[in-house]
Amino acid sequence: MRSLRQLKGLARNFVLLAVAILPVQFAASAEHAAPAKKFLVPPPPFSPGIFPCSQCHQGMPVNRTPRKLEMMHQDIALKHMQDGWCFDCHNPDNRDKLRLTNGKLVSFDESYNLCGQCHGTILREWKAGLHGKRTGMWNGEKQYLLCVHCHWPHDPVFKPLTPMPPPVRPADIK
Amino acid sequence: MPMPEDTKKVKNMNRRTFIQGTALGLAGMTVSIDHAHASFWDAFFQKHFREMNDSEIQKVISRIEKECEEKYKKTISIGNEKPLSGVQFGYGLDLSRCIGCRRCVYACVEENNQSLDPQIHWISVLRFRKGEKWIDLENSEKYYNPEKVPEKEFFYMPVQCQQCENPPCVRACPTQATWKEPDGIVVIDYNWCIGCRYCMAACPYGARRFNWAAPNRPPEKINPKTHYLGNRPRYKGVVEKCTFCIQRTRNGRYPACVEICPVGARKFGNLLDPNSEIRYAIEHKRVFRLKEDLNTYPKFYYFFAYGR
Ligand code: SF4
Ligand code: SF4
Repeated sequence: MRSLRQLKGLARNFVLLAVAILPVQFAASAEHAAPAKKFLVPPPPFSPGIFPCSQCHQGMPVNRTPRKLEMMHQDIALKHMQDGWCFDCHNPDNRDKLRLTNGKLVSFDESYNLCGQCHGTILREWKAGLHGKRTGMWNGEKQYLLCVHCHWPHDPVFKPLTPMPPPVRPADIK
Repeated sequence: MPMPEDTKKVKNMNRRTFIQGTALGLAGMTVSIDHAHASFWDAFFQKHFREMNDSEIQKVISRIEKECEEKYKKTISIGNEKPLSGVQFGYGLDLSRCIGCRRCVYACVEENNQSLDPQIHWISVLRFRKGEKWIDLENSEKYYNPEKVPEKEFFYMPVQCQQCENPPCVRACPTQATWKEPDGIVVIDYNWCIGCRYCMAACPYGARRFNWAAPNRPPEKINPKTHYLGNRPRYKGVVEKCTFCIQRTRNGRYPACVEICPVGARKFGNLLDPNSEIRYAIEHKRVFRLKEDLNTYPKFYYFFAYGR
């Protein structure tokens, strides 16, 4: 038989435990319940004729060995993750999808979720409208650009641009 | 700031006396003869914009639309969208992103019908050497012209009208031709501006531009969607400046410079909306405003985001 005091202690511990666990459970269930917010984005910038990838890849054996590509996609010199390989992002079984590290498949127009796996702070700022460009209505529907509209995913550093001409110097105004 | 009625009257008296004085003394220099048009006297006796009622404004707008049509052989619509209630416009610019490409400068010229020759730009992109005492605007370089931007050792800071909460330009204007609207946009009535350029002298940001010559834009390059207080065609001898694209933003659209910027450095929205990106920037980033010590309280916030 436990003493009343022990029982009380147990009960208190249980309450404490419940208080500690509940929010986590709520958070977890909220995440499942609310579908991930979709952002209005323009179509992904595929090279013409290249999508759907399954046109060519359907039935093609999957070769997981990192190598220099010679038949197709020769222009891709991967300068993103060190020792990275196609299947870090592309889904080997259905090429029309991208693949998160947890195995979840995402479509190309939600590729920000893929980029956000490593660039979490940027994804947060992108969602808030701070990173990258928002167009449309400031008080209504906003269009977001996908990460890949500005950063070529295989070599994502922003490429320098030619500036527009400088203003005319006052001395040169006739 | 609302003004007591009599102060307004006194100010307007000042304007009349001012114009009369100038007209007599300088043989009508400010009201040049190119204006000598059937509607000249209508224009001359046009009331102050803020003292006109809607139908009077409409009449003035129709007259000016007709003048524009005769001049440019093209239909130009002049809107008069009113400020939206509960809106204070704010602008953000991420200096860690701007690459100095000047796309914004030229998008602004197109949208707002700036003169091509003589050239008028409402936005200046300043270049600073990294590590230099860079807040010194006077020593910045705006004529830089490298092959490619960004350049390793420099950074860039676009400057345009800061839409000051406490605008010295407005106080300097002897005719009340420029004022701050309820949504925070500092506007100019080009039909009321006498071109004295006091406002230019008063603006600490060099944001205002003067039309020394008749603004020149071929009709096919005129953006026909305009606003009375914004991008409608201007006259010789008036001052102009950025209005946060009043003709777009009062209709819910983003300013042209926001839409063009290839790196998304430019942010815009309602300062009173806690979910706007401008509020996010102010609340999460270190922001600063230019020449804060002058107490002009710009509604243009510069900030540095992080990461690539
Ligand atoms: S368009 Fe954007 S990146 Fe280019 S100069 Fe303007 S603000 Fe900077
Ligand atoms: S930046 Fe200059 S023109 Fe614009 S509101 Fe301030 S003082 Fe006036």
